[in-house]
Amino acid sequence: MPKPNDKQLQMILEDMVVARTQAGRLWNLQRQGQVGTIAPIDGHEAAIVGAVHALETESDWALPQYREPLGLRKYGPEILDAFMLYNLGHPAGGHIPEPIKVAPSQISLGASIPHAVGLAWGMSLKDESGVVLVFFGDGASSEGDFYEAGNLAGVLKAPVIFFCINNQWAISTPTHLQTAADTFASKAEAFGIPGVTVDGNDASSVYEAVSDARNRAISGKGPTLIEATVYRLGAHTTADDPTRYVPSDDLSAAQKKDPVHTLIQDLRDRNLWSDARQSEVETAALDRIDDAFEKAKSTPLSADSLMDHCFSSDTARQSRQRSFLMDSLGEANE
Amino acid sequence: MSKKVSELSMLQAINETLHSEMARDERIVVLGEDVGRNGGVFRATEGLIEKFGENRVVDTPISEAAIAGSAVGLAMAGLVPVAEIQFLGFSYQAMHQIAGQIARLRYRTQSRFEPQITIRAPFGGGVRTPELHSDSLEAQFANIPGLKIVLPATASDAKGLLTSAIRDPDPVLFLEPLRGYRGIRDLVPDEEHSIPIGEAKLVKKGDDVVIISWSYQVELSKRVAESLEEDGISAAVLDLRSIVPLDIESLTQIVTHCGRAVVVQEAPETAGFASEIIATINDECFWSLEAPVVRVSGFDVPYPVGMLENLYVPDEERIRSAVLRVMEKD
Repeated sequence: MPKPNDKQLQMILEDMVVARTQAGRLWNLQRQGQVGTIAPIDGHEAAIVGAVHALETESDWALPQYREPLGLRKYGPEILDAFMLYNLGHPAGGHIPEPIKVAPSQISLGASIPHAVGLAWGMSLKDESGVVLVFFGDGASSEGDFYEAGNLAGVLKAPVIFFCINNQWAISTPTHLQTAADTFASKAEAFGIPGVTVDGNDASSVYEAVSDARNRAISGKGPTLIEATVYRLGAHTTADDPTRYVPSDDLSAAQKKDPVHTLIQDLRDRNLWSDARQSEVETAALDRIDDAFEKAKSTPLSADSLMDHCFSSDTARQSRQRSFLMDSLGEANE
Repeated sequence: MSKKVSELSMLQAINETLHSEMARDERIVVLGEDVGRNGGVFRATEGLIEKFGENRVVDTPISEAAIAGSAVGLAMAGLVPVAEIQFLGFSYQAMHQIAGQIARLRYRTQSRFEPQITIRAPFGGGVRTPELHSDSLEAQFANIPGLKIVLPATASDAKGLLTSAIRDPDPVLFLEPLRGYRGIRDLVPDEEHSIPIGEAKLVKKGDDVVIISWSYQVELSKRVAESLEEDGISAAVLDLRSIVPLDIESLTQIVTHCGRAVVVQEAPETAGFASEIIATINDECFWSLEAPVVRVSGFDVPYPVGMLENLYVPDEERIRSAVLRVMEKD
């Protein structure tokens, strides 16, 4: 069982602290009306970062849902830059540059799961080494895409990892209204693939489970479904008021298992982390997101980009619409 | 220069094209229900698995969403998926992947991911199929930006357009008329044959009225136009061949020339693609019209059961009487 070594755990914690810190800044930016709707990462850091650190970013893909991008730092600074553009509503936010093996956020729940299967299948057809890890939540596991894609992946033995973050809530719907199954991982049985449940508050366990799934996939044994159990510590999104439905006792119990605090405590006890290190990482994280935000705000936006990239080239009708748009803007500027 | 041609059914032309394209480009993967060992329920994919192996010709579970959705992933991996939806009526089960994912992939990723994906599906009536096997859904897809929609009416065009569809960097929905699979036969070039997507074809010249159509209804329109010669009516027939992109120029040219037009579709009347054609005529050449444009359509009911089918699907008589109506109006 491959466990992360101390050095890796420090890197994992650093990414978790960065994600938590930047999520706080994003929340404030949203409240100031400077960015659009945000889905906070709070409570999901160990699951996301632990999983990503078990991947080889050179060869393995990560397909996020929408809560994950701040946790994908290991893939490079371009992820945050694109994410800030995305949060501003800039079209370039959907373009994560080559050769980074990350897709932009996916708003349609579960819709990336069949993409992950196709991508993993395509990679194995091309004899490319590597796996695809696709993130989705407990709620998304009720979508048809999950079942269709899980079934197809089982048949094809595609090198894919289905990473279900069970944060107990699908907006306001608790897991017992989402499924009558004991665990989300148990759904793997119907696909003929292994399903494992891990404590998603423990980065080390997550790392281990994803490493095992990765080894399995790489060696041609096919997909694994991992359910990482966490608790959503914040709102579903900036548009949500969880005090309407999250029992406060449950929340305070979950806060005692806060994945970031737990790992800080653990590493501090072993002299692998310090308050000084903590504040250094937090300061750098804030500087970094503020820079990314400024850079995003100063990224030029042309009216043409409304029409660009629908097809590889405009249809006759689109080029007329483009001219109409440009002409009407020209008139407005006169 | 004379090209060698062979008389083929539309089905043979499609099958031959899949063979030659797969031989040309090893990135092509054919996937769908029963496309491998069975060669497709209509035999459109016959012989592919024997020639190209089961890695490239894949029998999938009965999962339309996973067929369309995994095609996105295959394209992301740099392959060229040619997916079959066994009948277009079942594309509803894949609609969120086709409309919400495939059609938007290029736009939402600013071309980081290129959806070079072809989805083939048979559709259209006249062969007394079970429910949901005959529905003409093309207008529903035409309202989804990012999808090209190609509907050949001849075997030769099926070859030329399927070749272009597979090579097109954008997603193409390639719709094959059930009635045309074996019912349409014509001369098809033996050699490589590609037709640019987005060019309508004037299949019959005429001066008095133009019948505008696509897919199998072109065949019926042609017969009507020929029979009208005896009545002293010179009717042109325009085969759109693709509704997205729409060949606005050819459409405008022939409508302006004739001054009268009939648009024929199998789909229900309300919000069908014929409505779009008429709106386009209004935009482009309204003042050249000598009479209001007339639509020939299915009815605004679900596609009916077999015993009612002949009442629903436009036939030569309905097209003919629409033309006569348009000719009377001065």
